[in-house]
Amino acid sequence: MIETVNLTKKFGDLTAVDGVSLRVEEGEVFGFLGPNGAGKTTTVRMLCCLISKTSGAARIANYEVGDDADSLKIRKIIGLVPDSVGLYDDLTAYDNLDFYGKLYKCTETQRRENIQRFLKMLGLWEKKDVAAGAFSKGMKQKLAIARALIHEPEVLFLDEPTVNLDPESSKTVRDFLLELKKEKKTIFLNTHNLDEAQRICDRIGILNTKLMAVGTPEELERSVTGRKTVIQLERVDEAVLNALKKLSIGKMFKDDNRITIHVVDPGKENPAIVRAIVEAGGNVQSVSVLGSTLEDAYLKLVKETK
Amino acid sequence: MDNCNQGSQGNHTEKTIRYTIIVLPLLISILFPLVIKFEGNKNGGIPAAVLPGLLNSFSFFFVIIAALLPTPIASYSIVGEKVEKSLEPLLATPTTDGEILLGKSIAAFLPTITATYAGATIFMILIDNVTHSTLGYLYFPNWTIGVILLLLAPLAAVLSVELNVIASARVSDVRAASQLGALMFLPFTAIYVAGEIGLISLDTNNLLIISAIVAALDVVLFRISTATFRRDEILTKWK
Repeated sequence: MIETVNLTKKFGDLTAVDGVSLRVEEGEVFGFLGPNGAGKTTTVRMLCCLISKTSGAARIANYEVGDDADSLKIRKIIGLVPDSVGLYDDLTAYDNLDFYGKLYKCTETQRRENIQRFLKMLGLWEKKDVAAGAFSKGMKQKLAIARALIHEPEVLFLDEPTVNLDPESSKTVRDFLLELKKEKKTIFLNTHNLDEAQRICDRIGILNTKLMAVGTPEELERSVTGRKTVIQLERVDEAVLNALKKLSIGKMFKDDNRITIHVVDPGKENPAIVRAIVEAGGNVQSVSVLGSTLEDAYLKLVKETK
Repeated sequence: MDNCNQGSQGNHTEKTIRYTIIVLPLLISILFPLVIKFEGNKNGGIPAAVLPGLLNSFSFFFVIIAALLPTPIASYSIVGEKVEKSLEPLLATPTTDGEILLGKSIAAFLPTITATYAGATIFMILIDNVTHSTLGYLYFPNWTIGVILLLLAPLAAVLSVELNVIASARVSDVRAASQLGALMFLPFTAIYVAGEIGLISLDTNNLLIISAIVAALDVVLFRISTATFRRDEILTKWK
């Protein structure tokens, strides 16, 4: 659905986005994680045909980003929730959505049905006749999301949708995104909220001008420091250690009666490890898996680029 | 705090726009007939031979009004959306640059021309009330006011709208856009002054020539406005 190849954006001497290549499949929720100034917003703006790319290529639904004719087609099939909501404060919630529905050339019936559907889903239907200027930050954010969905886009881009929101509003927005995920909507989510990315996204890209890593949250956690299996034994003797050395496993450390082993896939490796220990006469008291978190992975990758 | 500032700025702009559009044409449409009525009542009145020229000059003020009124709306059009942060979602819709500029222009043109026509109607009714007794006939409507209201005033409004929209898309500050846009007031005032000091006559033929020049400028400015509308710069270079 979304594909970029060496996508680059320079502002004078400053490289904001440096050779980003990624692929987002249809129905996938892709999270873009990165610190402030990493190029997340610039990437989204390029993909939404709001600003030009300096070099590289990008395609959305096989339409070429940067091609004038295709840009219009891309803008028809995407929805954007920018970092600033940018609603018309004097217009009611309903009129804000209706205006955008007209810009997307939705029929009157389509507009009426979608406005009702999304305002109800986001808990704003009762406030449909209230001016957007009177809304709280959370309500405005929800209205901005409804605005981006009014024409039922194939791809939804969200730029920091929960930033500056209180926990309750953040949860409502997150829950709504999870609802959209169930509907198999392709979502490109810019965030620096690791928990949010982990909960919502199928895959995550870590960006710091360059794309540092891409993978599922689990893959990213593993890719950085791997995982450790910690086995507590009644007693660690030579027979147990020799049995473990015969297995093709990662680094192993012994600390009193505890053995720590670096593993790649605990689900596959741990049964063999435990079996080898037991067959060597060891008494296993407990087995636990220590993993690095997405935060560890994120911090390590971001530090590497500094 | 930001929201408060933006809100108060928005309200202030709205009030300015409302007052400018309503008050200015109303003032001109009532003030000039009052001056003629007042002058007519003392020193034997305005000579009948002078009155038509004077009325033509006053009529030209509606061209100046048409050029001046779009400034608060059109100058705010693009830069205002940027300030209110509503430009990015707007630019993300499948609207073309031409459609955005046309929409902004129509939004500034329609209230301008409505207010100009409303003011001119009041002006003509009040002036006819005066001329009926002084000249013995109704001075308006005539060909001159016809050319002014149906040709030159709309063309001047379009010129002003385009210049203001260009200014609004090029600057990053609402005040700068207004100040630049208000420059449109000058050439039409210069024509008025030239008419007053006898350099040109603001008769129907000359008004048609001026209209043709303004129409040509309208076409040139529209091309410039679409050619200079840069989404990249608007989104990335403005603070």
